Amino acid sequence: MATTLEARVRRGDGIATVALAGDVDGGAREVLDAAYTEAAGAATLLLDFGDVAYINSTGIALIVGLLGRARADGVAVAACGLSDHYRQIFEITRLSDFMSIHADERSARAATQGGAR
Amino acid sequence: MSTITHSLRRVIFRSGAPRTVAVADEAPAAATQPQQRGGLEIAPNDPIIGYFQSAVGAVDIDGLELDSPALDELRAAGVKLVVPLVTQGELIGLLNLGPRLSEQDYSGEDRRLLETLAAQAAPAVRVGQLVREQQAEVRSRERLDAELAVARLIQQNFLPRQVPQMQGWAVAADYRPAREVGGDFYDFIDLPDGRLGIVIGDVTDKGVPAALVMAATRSVLRASAQRLIEPGAVLERVNEHLCPDIPENMFVTCLYGVLEPASGRLVFANAGHNLPLVALHGATSELRARGMPLGLMTGMSYEETEARLQPGAQLLLYSDGITEAHDPGREMFGGPRLAAAMAEAGGGDGGRLISALLERLRAFTAAAAEQEDDITLVAIRRMPAAAELADFRLESAPGNEREAIARVELALAGEGLEPAQMEQLKTAVAEATMNAMEHGNGFDPERPVRLRVLASAAEVRVCISDHGLGQGDLRTAPPPDLDAKLAGQQTPRGWGLFLIRNMVDELHEHGDDDTHTVELVLHRDARRH
Repeated sequence: MATTLEARVRRGDGIATVALAGDVDGGAREVLDAAYTEAAGAATLLLDFGDVAYINSTGIALIVGLLGRARADGVAVAACGLSDHYRQIFEITRLSDFMSIHADERSARAATQGGAR
Repeated sequence: MSTITHSLRRVIFRSGAPRTVAVADEAPAAATQPQQRGGLEIAPNDPIIGYFQSAVGAVDIDGLELDSPALDELRAAGVKLVVPLVTQGELIGLLNLGPRLSEQDYSGEDRRLLETLAAQAAPAVRVGQLVREQQAEVRSRERLDAELAVARLIQQNFLPRQVPQMQGWAVAADYRPAREVGGDFYDFIDLPDGRLGIVIGDVTDKGVPAALVMAATRSVLRASAQRLIEPGAVLERVNEHLCPDIPENMFVTCLYGVLEPASGRLVFANAGHNLPLVALHGATSELRARGMPLGLMTGMSYEETEARLQPGAQLLLYSDGITEAHDPGREMFGGPRLAAAMAEAGGGDGGRLISALLERLRAFTAAAAEQEDDITLVAIRRMPAAAELADFRLESAPGNEREAIARVELALAGEGLEPAQMEQLKTAVAEATMNAMEHGNGFDPERPVRLRVLASAAEVRVCISDHGLGQGDLRTAPPPDLDAKLAGQQTPRGWGLFLIRNMVDELHEHGDDDTHTVELVLHRDARRH
């Protein structure tokens, strides 16, 4: 399956923001893996779903896998830019118990720095 | 002292029942009573009880003048002297002595010694009695609990594990045993030509005997239903089978109906069971058919009634555990209240109706009250007529679920669904289509997935069919364990069913030899959060 996901990693203040654009489904595996590797060393990994229109159960599984790796590596994970629908899905799947959810990157950075310092 | 102990022939102690005194020790050689240990029973109204209770010290039997059967018995047994055992003002036993071996009368010293002995023995004997009573109580409670467990086991083993799934119908059932299990039962029987046999019944009496009769009734009914079809003839046959063997004072009320799903035709006969209710467009009516309960007498015949369940109609079968439940003021819930609650509950599947009725019942009986009798509810709904908005097939290939949701969204564009509901439906459609393509059809390009979109005034329904066998009951699959997945103890996958279940108001699945269909239903009046 052709991948339709792109990821750009920006770093600053101990936070690595992974800006995702496209679909988070089965085709997203390599892109997410590469983004995780590129973000290594940051204390917090912020997944920005602002340009993601579709997440399916396979995509959820990839996020769970990434979250598991981050926990093992001692990296905090946060998410922002989720639509109301996917925010609800992050809540019913309990993903939101393991990653803080924010409206956008700015509020995520503010909350993360406030909490870290 | 040796003389006394030698001639101390009987200790009489009180058994479980108040004022019943029994002989515990061996009877004297001279005694003629046949009972060695059965003991002396003193009737509760025997005046000797009052006499012994208020007597001070040892009592000479020969000197007593009382109209007392127990006194006659004591004399006949050769008892000369009785020392009442009294503790806390209650007579709990007697110390009975025969004649002294020396043939002299008992001396004052003998009596003092006996009285001292009695004063010490009485509380000790009482403690012994209490321990025995308590042990007996524990044993009987244990036996009762074990019996209840057996009855419950029989009962639950014979109830259907799942409800039938039929295209255009929604069936739901609920059985709630009372603490002392009653004899409620229900059953669904697959009949030739796609017809469905529907059974609800109630055995009078409770516990193991009722559970056994229920099991027997169910087996005979199942066997007869396959051969006879006509509900009246089936009940007649079951009655003939039950009559010779059923314990006295026990009988079975039972309603048996045969439903033709394609037409909604229902033919049923009734052996004294609660009349079924039908709700349609907010009004409720009773379906009537006459007949005697099963197991009372042979040669009974059962009236047959035919009804047609219209699209949107809801049929409710129930046991008297719900109509005969009481409120704290001892008023009964009753049929009219049940009918009103049913009319009020409105549309939706049977599961919704059943929870609404149980909710109403709880409010009526007050939550703390213990359930008096088994409660059984079976709800069978014919889905309302729906317009078909789309019917299409998609090749089973990874990623094609995106096309499925695009076409479903297009088909429903004019239906006025809330945007949030639409998003939820899209996620459910995507997940169910992925399952159908991958697990149902194995991504075989020759086996497409079929999607149908239906809409009625009350709901939107998407039916997704593949050529597989299904993956077990969608609705009872356990939820994913996120903690185990994060800890690497489980695969991170396995979210599809969970998402589907949480996105829609109803989820049904049915299948035949070569198709398996999942139905996703959204209620138009439901606001999900």
